[in-house]
Amino acid sequence: MSVPEPDVPWVTVVHNDPVNLMSYVTYVFQSYFGYPKDKAHRLMLDVHHKGRAIVSSGTREEMERDVQAMHGYGLWATLQQER
Amino acid sequence: MSGRFEPLPDGGAAITLDEVEISILRSLAMQLAELIGPGDQPAGGGDPLDALFADGPSKPPADPALARLFPDAYSPPDQELGPREEKAAREASAEFRRFTENDLRARKREDVLTVVRDLDALTPGPSAGGPAVLELAPDKSRQWLGALNDLRLAIGTRLEVSDEDDGGELLRLPDSDPRKPMVMAYFWLGGLQETLVETLMPE
Repeated sequence: MSVPEPDVPWVTVVHNDPVNLMSYVTYVFQSYFGYPKDKAHRLMLDVHHKGRAIVSSGTREEMERDVQAMHGYGLWATLQQER
Repeated sequence: MSGRFEPLPDGGAAITLDEVEISILRSLAMQLAELIGPGDQPAGGGDPLDALFADGPSKPPADPALARLFPDAYSPPDQELGPREEKAAREASAEFRRFTENDLRARKREDVLTVVRDLDALTPGPSAGGPAVLELAPDKSRQWLGALNDLRLAIGTRLEVSDEDDGGELLRLPDSDPRKPMVMAYFWLGGLQETLVETLMPE
Protein backbone atom coordinates (compact mmCIF):
# COMPACT_ATOMS: atom_id res chain seq x y z
CA MET A 1 0.00 0.00 0.00
CA SER A 2 2.93 2.32 0.64
CA VAL A 3 4.11 1.89 -2.95
CA PRO A 4 0.98 2.19 -5.10
CA GLU A 5 1.23 0.12 -8.24
CA PRO A 6 -0.93 1.72 -10.90
CA ASP A 7 -1.66 -1.49 -12.83
CA VAL A 8 -2.85 -3.50 -9.86
CA PRO A 9 -6.62 -3.20 -9.37
CA TRP A 10 -8.19 -2.20 -6.10
CA VAL A 11 -10.77 -4.35 -4.35
CA THR A 12 -13.51 -3.81 -1.80
CA VAL A 13 -13.43 -6.37 1.01
CA VAL A 14 -16.39 -6.99 3.32
CA HIS A 15 -15.50 -8.45 6.72
CA ASN A 16 -17.52 -10.72 8.96
CA ASP A 17 -19.10 -9.30 12.07
CA PRO A 18 -21.30 -11.00 14.65
CA VAL A 19 -24.22 -8.57 14.42
CA ASN A 20 -25.20 -8.21 10.77
CA LEU A 21 -27.94 -10.62 9.68
CA MET A 22 -27.13 -13.03 6.85
CA SER A 23 -30.31 -12.04 5.03
CA TYR A 24 -29.43 -8.35 5.36
CA VAL A 25 -25.91 -8.83 3.97
CA THR A 26 -27.36 -10.73 0.99
CA TYR A 27 -29.91 -7.95 0.50
CA VAL A 28 -27.15 -5.31 0.48
CA PHE A 29 -25.10 -7.21 -2.14
CA GLN A 30 -28.21 -7.57 -4.31
CA SER A 31 -29.54 -4.05 -4.02
CA TYR A 32 -26.28 -2.06 -4.08
CA PHE A 33 -24.18 -4.10 -6.52
CA GLY A 34 -27.16 -5.50 -8.43
CA TYR A 35 -25.79 -9.03 -8.06
CA PRO A 36 -28.17 -11.92 -8.74
CA LYS A 37 -29.49 -13.69 -5.67
CA ASP A 38 -27.20 -16.74 -5.95
CA LYS A 39 -24.03 -14.63 -6.29
CA ALA A 40 -25.07 -12.34 -3.43
CA HIS A 41 -25.82 -15.38 -1.29
CA ARG A 42 -22.47 -17.00 -2.13
CA LEU A 43 -20.55 -13.83 -1.24
CA MET A 44 -22.47 -13.54 2.03
CA LEU A 45 -21.53 -17.15 2.90
CA ASP A 46 -17.87 -16.37 2.12
CA VAL A 47 -18.01 -13.41 4.50
CA HIS A 48 -19.68 -15.56 7.13
CA HIS A 49 -17.46 -18.66 6.87
CA LYS A 50 -14.12 -17.30 5.65
CA GLY A 51 -14.35 -14.01 7.52
CA ARG A 52 -14.04 -11.87 4.39
CA ALA A 53 -15.02 -11.65 0.73
CA ILE A 54 -13.96 -9.48 -2.18
CA VAL A 55 -17.22 -7.97 -3.36
CA SER A 56 -16.02 -5.61 -6.11
CA SER A 57 -12.91 -4.48 -7.94
CA GLY A 58 -11.92 -1.46 -9.99
CA THR A 59 -10.14 1.85 -9.63
CA ARG A 60 -9.27 3.25 -6.24
CA GLU A 61 -11.96 5.93 -6.63
CA GLU A 62 -14.61 3.36 -7.47
CA MET A 63 -13.64 1.22 -4.49
CA GLU A 64 -13.75 4.23 -2.17
CA ARG A 65 -17.29 4.80 -3.39
CA ASP A 66 -18.21 1.16 -2.72
CA VAL A 67 -16.62 1.19 0.74
CA GLN A 68 -18.45 4.38 1.62
CA ALA A 69 -21.71 2.78 0.47
CA MET A 70 -21.01 -0.37 2.52
CA HIS A 71 -20.38 1.77 5.61
CA GLY A 72 -23.68 3.49 4.86
CA TYR A 73 -25.38 0.09 5.01
CA GLY A 74 -23.49 -0.73 8.21
CA LEU A 75 -21.27 -3.43 6.70
CA TRP A 76 -17.63 -3.53 7.74
CA ALA A 77 -15.71 -2.88 4.52
CA THR A 78 -12.17 -1.87 3.58
CA LEU A 79 -10.36 -1.34 0.29
CA GLN A 80 -6.91 -2.52 -0.74
CA GLN A 81 -4.82 -3.27 -3.78
CA GLU A 82 -5.05 -6.86 -4.90
CA ARG A 83 -1.85 -8.74 -4.28
CA MET B 1 -46.51 -8.21 20.60
CA SER B 2 -46.17 -9.45 17.05
CA GLY B 3 -42.63 -8.20 16.44
CA ARG B 4 -43.01 -8.89 12.73
CA PHE B 5 -43.23 -6.73 9.65
CA GLU B 6 -45.67 -8.02 7.03
CA PRO B 7 -45.37 -7.16 3.34
CA LEU B 8 -47.88 -4.74 1.77
CA PRO B 9 -49.10 -5.10 -1.82
CA ASP B 10 -47.34 -1.87 -2.89
CA GLY B 11 -43.94 -3.24 -1.80
CA GLY B 12 -44.08 -1.51 1.56
CA ALA B 13 -44.39 -3.10 4.99
CA ALA B 14 -46.65 -2.93 8.02
CA ILE B 15 -46.31 -3.82 11.68
CA THR B 16 -48.50 -3.59 14.74
CA LEU B 17 -46.75 -1.93 17.65
CA ASP B 18 -48.09 -1.55 21.17
CA GLU B 19 -47.44 1.39 23.45
CA VAL B 20 -44.47 -0.19 25.19
CA GLU B 21 -42.81 -1.21 21.91
CA ILE B 22 -43.26 2.27 20.48
CA SER B 23 -41.76 3.79 23.60
CA ILE B 24 -38.75 1.43 23.62
CA LEU B 25 -38.04 1.89 19.93
CA ARG B 26 -38.38 5.65 20.16
CA SER B 27 -36.07 5.83 23.13
CA LEU B 28 -33.39 3.67 21.48
CA ALA B 29 -33.61 5.69 18.26
CA MET B 30 -33.25 8.97 20.15
CA GLN B 31 -30.21 7.64 22.00
CA LEU B 32 -28.60 6.60 18.74
CA ALA B 33 -29.36 9.99 17.15
CA GLU B 34 -27.66 11.67 20.10
CA LEU B 35 -24.71 9.29 19.93
CA ILE B 36 -24.24 9.90 16.21
CA GLY B 37 -24.72 13.61 16.74
CA PRO B 38 -23.61 16.11 14.16
CA GLY B 39 -20.00 14.94 14.62
CA ASP B 40 -17.23 17.47 14.96
CA GLN B 41 -18.90 20.16 12.92
CA PRO B 42 -18.73 23.71 14.29
CA ALA B 43 -21.41 24.45 16.87
CA GLY B 44 -24.62 26.14 15.72
CA GLY B 45 -24.72 29.85 15.09
CA GLY B 46 -21.98 29.82 12.47
CA ASP B 47 -22.43 30.26 8.75
CA PRO B 48 -24.13 27.07 7.45
CA LEU B 49 -21.71 27.18 4.54
CA ASP B 50 -18.85 26.66 6.99
CA ALA B 51 -20.28 23.28 7.88
CA LEU B 52 -20.65 22.43 4.21
CA PHE B 53 -17.00 23.03 3.49
CA ALA B 54 -15.58 21.94 6.81
CA ASP B 55 -13.37 18.88 6.79
CA GLY B 56 -14.65 15.91 8.73
CA PRO B 57 -12.68 14.19 11.49
CA SER B 58 -9.50 12.29 10.68
CA LYS B 59 -9.41 9.96 13.70
CA PRO B 60 -11.77 7.05 14.39
CA PRO B 61 -14.40 7.84 17.05
CA ALA B 62 -13.32 6.88 20.57
CA ASP B 63 -16.70 5.35 21.38
CA PRO B 64 -16.61 1.65 20.31
CA ALA B 65 -20.18 1.72 18.94
CA LEU B 66 -19.39 4.78 16.82
CA ALA B 67 -16.10 3.25 15.74
CA ARG B 68 -18.10 0.26 14.45
CA LEU B 69 -20.53 2.54 12.58
CA PHE B 70 -17.65 4.54 11.05
CA PRO B 71 -14.78 2.09 10.53
CA ASP B 72 -11.36 2.81 9.00
CA ALA B 73 -11.55 2.31 5.24
CA TYR B 74 -7.96 1.20 4.72
CA SER B 75 -7.27 -0.89 7.81
CA PRO B 76 -8.50 -4.47 7.42
CA PRO B 77 -9.33 -5.94 10.86
CA ASP B 78 -7.94 -9.36 9.90
CA GLN B 79 -4.52 -8.53 8.44
CA GLU B 80 -1.27 -7.68 10.13
CA LEU B 81 0.34 -4.81 8.23
CA GLY B 82 4.02 -3.97 8.40
CA PRO B 83 4.99 -0.65 10.03
CA ARG B 84 5.20 1.25 6.73
CA GLU B 85 1.99 -0.24 5.39
CA GLU B 86 0.27 0.41 8.69
CA LYS B 87 1.26 4.07 8.58
CA ALA B 88 0.10 4.41 4.96
CA ALA B 89 -3.22 2.72 5.83
CA ARG B 90 -3.73 5.03 8.78
CA GLU B 91 -3.08 8.11 6.67
CA ALA B 92 -5.34 6.95 3.84
CA SER B 93 -8.08 6.08 6.37
CA ALA B 94 -7.78 9.55 7.91
CA GLU B 95 -8.06 11.20 4.50
CA PHE B 96 -11.10 9.07 3.59
CA ARG B 97 -12.72 9.90 6.91
CA ARG B 98 -12.23 13.65 6.45
CA PHE B 99 -14.21 13.54 3.23
CA THR B 100 -16.91 11.00 4.11
CA GLU B 101 -17.68 10.78 7.81
CA ASN B 102 -19.72 13.96 8.21
CA ASP B 103 -21.96 12.98 5.31
CA LEU B 104 -22.34 9.45 6.61
CA ARG B 105 -23.19 10.71 10.09
CA ALA B 106 -25.83 13.06 8.67
CA ARG B 107 -27.48 10.23 6.70
CA LYS B 108 -27.49 7.79 9.59
CA ARG B 109 -28.85 10.45 11.89
CA GLU B 110 -31.59 11.27 9.38
CA ASP B 111 -32.58 7.58 9.17
CA VAL B 112 -33.00 7.19 12.95
CA LEU B 113 -34.83 10.50 13.21
CA THR B 114 -37.20 9.26 10.48
CA VAL B 115 -37.99 6.34 12.79
CA VAL B 116 -38.71 8.76 15.65
CA ARG B 117 -40.95 10.95 13.48
CA ASP B 118 -42.87 7.98 12.06
CA LEU B 119 -43.47 6.64 15.58
CA ASP B 120 -44.64 10.07 16.76
CA ALA B 121 -47.11 10.24 13.87
CA LEU B 122 -48.77 6.94 14.86
CA THR B 123 -52.35 7.10 16.04
CA PRO B 124 -53.30 4.46 18.59
CA GLY B 125 -56.11 2.04 17.87
CA PRO B 126 -59.62 2.15 19.33
CA SER B 127 -58.51 1.59 22.91
CA ALA B 128 -56.35 4.32 24.39
CA GLY B 129 -52.76 3.18 24.67
CA GLY B 130 -53.63 0.19 22.50
CA PRO B 131 -51.64 -1.07 19.56
CA ALA B 132 -51.14 1.05 16.46
CA VAL B 133 -50.44 -0.05 12.91
CA LEU B 134 -47.35 1.40 11.27
CA GLU B 135 -47.34 1.33 7.49
CA LEU B 136 -44.14 2.06 5.56
CA ALA B 137 -43.83 2.89 1.86
CA PRO B 138 -40.83 1.14 0.22
CA ASP B 139 -38.56 4.21 0.53
CA LYS B 140 -39.39 4.48 4.21
CA SER B 141 -38.80 0.75 4.63
CA ARG B 142 -35.24 1.21 3.37
CA GLN B 143 -34.62 4.05 5.84
CA TRP B 144 -36.05 1.96 8.66
CA LEU B 145 -33.95 -1.01 7.63
CA GLY B 146 -30.77 1.09 7.83
CA ALA B 147 -31.79 2.55 11.18
CA LEU B 148 -32.66 -0.88 12.65
CA ASN B 149 -29.29 -2.19 11.49
CA ASP B 150 -27.40 0.74 13.01
CA LEU B 151 -29.34 0.30 16.28
CA ARG B 152 -28.37 -3.39 16.39
CA LEU B 153 -24.74 -2.58 15.59
CA ALA B 154 -24.61 0.00 18.39
CA ILE B 155 -26.35 -2.26 20.94
CA GLY B 156 -24.43 -5.35 19.78
CA THR B 157 -21.15 -3.48 20.30
CA ARG B 158 -22.26 -2.40 23.78
CA LEU B 159 -23.25 -5.96 24.66
CA GLU B 160 -20.00 -7.25 23.13
CA VAL B 161 -21.90 -9.77 21.01
CA SER B 162 -19.38 -12.18 19.51
CA ASP B 163 -19.51 -14.94 16.91
CA GLU B 164 -18.76 -17.53 19.56
CA ASP B 165 -21.83 -16.98 21.67
CA ASP B 166 -23.96 -16.37 18.58
CA GLY B 167 -26.56 -14.93 20.87
CA GLY B 168 -27.00 -18.17 22.80
CA GLU B 169 -25.10 -17.12 25.88
CA LEU B 170 -26.85 -13.76 25.96
CA LEU B 171 -30.25 -15.41 25.67
CA ARG B 172 -29.52 -17.51 28.75
CA LEU B 173 -28.73 -14.53 30.98
CA PRO B 174 -30.67 -14.65 34.23
CA ASP B 175 -33.42 -12.06 34.63
CA SER B 176 -31.41 -10.39 37.37
CA ASP B 177 -28.58 -9.51 34.96
CA PRO B 178 -28.45 -5.76 34.33
CA ARG B 179 -27.87 -6.43 30.62
CA LYS B 180 -31.10 -8.39 30.29
CA PRO B 181 -33.39 -5.55 29.07
CA MET B 182 -30.86 -4.52 26.43
CA VAL B 183 -30.44 -8.14 25.33
CA MET B 184 -34.21 -8.48 24.94
CA ALA B 185 -34.30 -5.28 22.91
CA TYR B 186 -31.40 -6.53 20.75
CA PHE B 187 -33.18 -9.76 19.81
CA TRP B 188 -36.50 -7.99 19.31
CA LEU B 189 -34.82 -5.53 16.91
CA GLY B 190 -33.27 -8.51 15.12
CA GLY B 191 -36.76 -9.92 14.48
CA LEU B 192 -37.98 -6.56 13.22
CA GLN B 193 -35.02 -6.24 10.86
CA GLU B 194 -35.22 -9.83 9.63
CA THR B 195 -38.90 -9.53 8.72
CA LEU B 196 -38.45 -6.07 7.21
CA VAL B 197 -35.59 -7.20 4.98
CA GLU B 198 -37.78 -10.07 3.74
CA THR B 199 -40.32 -7.55 2.44
CA LEU B 200 -37.58 -5.74 0.51
CA MET B 201 -35.66 -8.70 -0.87
CA PRO B 202 -35.32 -8.51 -4.66
CA GLU B 203 -36.25 -11.71 -6.47
